[in-house]
Amino acid sequence: MTLNRRSFLGTGLAVGAALSAPRVIGQARPRVVIVGGGAGGATAARYIAKDSAGAIDVTLIEPTRTYYTCFFSNLYIGGFRDFASIGHSYGTLASGYGVNVVHDWVVGVDRDARTVTTAGGHSMSYDKLIVSPGIDFVDGAVPGWDISAQNKMPHSWKAGSQTQLLKAQIEAMPEGGRFCMVAPPNPYRCPPGPYERISMVAHVLKASNPTAKILIVDPKESFSKQALFEEGWQKHYPGMVERIGPDFGGANVSVNPDTMEVDIDGSVEKVDVCNVIPAQKAGHIAEAMGLTDDSGFCPIVPATMQSRVDENVYVLGDATIAGDMPKSGFSANSHAKVAAMQVRAALTGSRAFPAKYSNTCWSLIDTDDGVKVGASYAPTDEKIAKVDGFVSQTGEDAALRKATYEESLGWYAGITTDMFG
Amino acid sequence: MREAFACALVLALGGAGTGLAQGGAEPIGDAERGAEVWVFCSGCHQIGPDAEIGIGPPLTGIFGRRAASVEGFPYSQSMQRMGRDGLVWTLKTLDAYIEHPAALVSRTRMSFDGLEDAQERADLLAFLRDFSAKPSNIPEAPPTARADLPQLSEDTLAIVGDPAYGEYLASECQTCHQQDGSDRGIPSITLWPEKNFVLAMHAYKQKLRPHPVMQMMASRLTDEEIAALAAYFGTLTQ
Repeated sequence: MTLNRRSFLGTGLAVGAALSAPRVIGQARPRVVIVGGGAGGATAARYIAKDSAGAIDVTLIEPTRTYYTCFFSNLYIGGFRDFASIGHSYGTLASGYGVNVVHDWVVGVDRDARTVTTAGGHSMSYDKLIVSPGIDFVDGAVPGWDISAQNKMPHSWKAGSQTQLLKAQIEAMPEGGRFCMVAPPNPYRCPPGPYERISMVAHVLKASNPTAKILIVDPKESFSKQALFEEGWQKHYPGMVERIGPDFGGANVSVNPDTMEVDIDGSVEKVDVCNVIPAQKAGHIAEAMGLTDDSGFCPIVPATMQSRVDENVYVLGDATIAGDMPKSGFSANSHAKVAAMQVRAALTGSRAFPAKYSNTCWSLIDTDDGVKVGASYAPTDEKIAKVDGFVSQTGEDAALRKATYEESLGWYAGITTDMFG
Repeated sequence: MREAFACALVLALGGAGTGLAQGGAEPIGDAERGAEVWVFCSGCHQIGPDAEIGIGPPLTGIFGRRAASVEGFPYSQSMQRMGRDGLVWTLKTLDAYIEHPAALVSRTRMSFDGLEDAQERADLLAFLRDFSAKPSNIPEAPPTARADLPQLSEDTLAIVGDPAYGEYLASECQTCHQQDGSDRGIPSITLWPEKNFVLAMHAYKQKLRPHPVMQMMASRLTDEEIAALAAYFGTLTQ
């Protein structure tokens, strides 16, 4: 049943692409509207504009004027980057690539009429729509916490003022105080991210507040790069980090932001800073457009990144159900390149090549102690499937760990140029 | 060939250093003829118990040694990176390096184009082998065990890459490698001669080069895709 539906979609797309190519030539330039200017949306905008050399009209709608990357925001918390260094503007996309950058919120999409409406009252039509909305939080995921409590208990899982707030709270902790993280259940943005954050918080506290303690309340049995992080915490921050997994009630947690209390399976703990990272779902606009399924995320066609529910819509990044790929900036950037190629092929008749996806996540445990995990992926009919992968090993020598960290700096410079020009 | 073999056999019987395996294993090469090839290396490298740093690092004990590990020698950044990534000199890796130094270690300071003749390389390796530890005195034992040395056929090298396909594939490289060719923590991959690019990618694919990300990225590329990438990055030079 499912297979039939998929093959029907696939056939429909191929015919659609073949017919639409000659149709648009000679007409006004085909229009692509991109919703969301993060790792997925910015990359898609740049690649479509660059590779179509003006043949496609590209509009990027993003509310913020400066985009702060979630990746490397933990390094800012740890004092390894300044805040400005993780901020990026859209100036080069506009001036260097001719992208029409609109700083506004999308409030409505009519998929039948193929129009997008913004909070500023503008309406834009599209031939192809690319949606890269990132994540939002599941309401009620952590009882006692909602978005109105985010100043008392920051999530800091979308980078920007929330990241600055969390850093300030850590620095203001009383001597011997307690930092608590309520870690998210799968699936969530950046699988090693919470544990890199713990490492960075420990790095700061070790220097400024060495008797402080860190508590992780975690609903998951295990987590990304677990052996590497636990080895690193033991080595660099002995006795500082305690993790309560589901076997000790880590999945049964509620918080009280007013009293700064965390209730772990009936045992109430008073803490000084509480970083609540709730369960996640696709960014709200994807849900409003009807692109999500019961999981809260968007099913996609593995070979093209098209939405399973609308062939004129492509979904990228954390909002998607991307098979074996983790939710990461690297993955979103990888999705965007496949989608950009497919969109160009559909609108201008340019060549389409087989999709290849990849991801690598670097994490910093302490100064010059970097680790990484990565994999390559290819589409099957069913999902984006892992082809090959690697992960750093425990016990690696210091020179390799330093090189891995330095490599991550090179990657950050590379991917942010790849996104924003 | 036959003469060279006979010569090695005589050396073996004479108890001198030899590239001949015991028990009928295949010899690495003819160490005595290798000594003649060594003359070209000796302008920069020393070998033997008293060897010191010259223009190049001493090569005593080279087999089994990690790349860029001679204390006090100013290695290139590329060689240092290879060492950190885990490149160890074995029969296989040294053979690849001597054949085409820049294909294995991109910006090596060794100003030597490479030794094309496989027999001459084998002879030189047999010569070098005599100045490294010899476990069980069997040349084929680690670290000089000779794995099947993957070779690129003329057909593979002759593939004309499709630059348009290469441009799409290159987008994956440029997630990490700067498109303007700058090195900000990850090496530049622009302005490479096409052949070097092809050789380098195959060296990762065949796991001669050690870096795990690059091994993974190269492992799923076909010969045509590697040629396409080389062709695309080649067009950037114009």
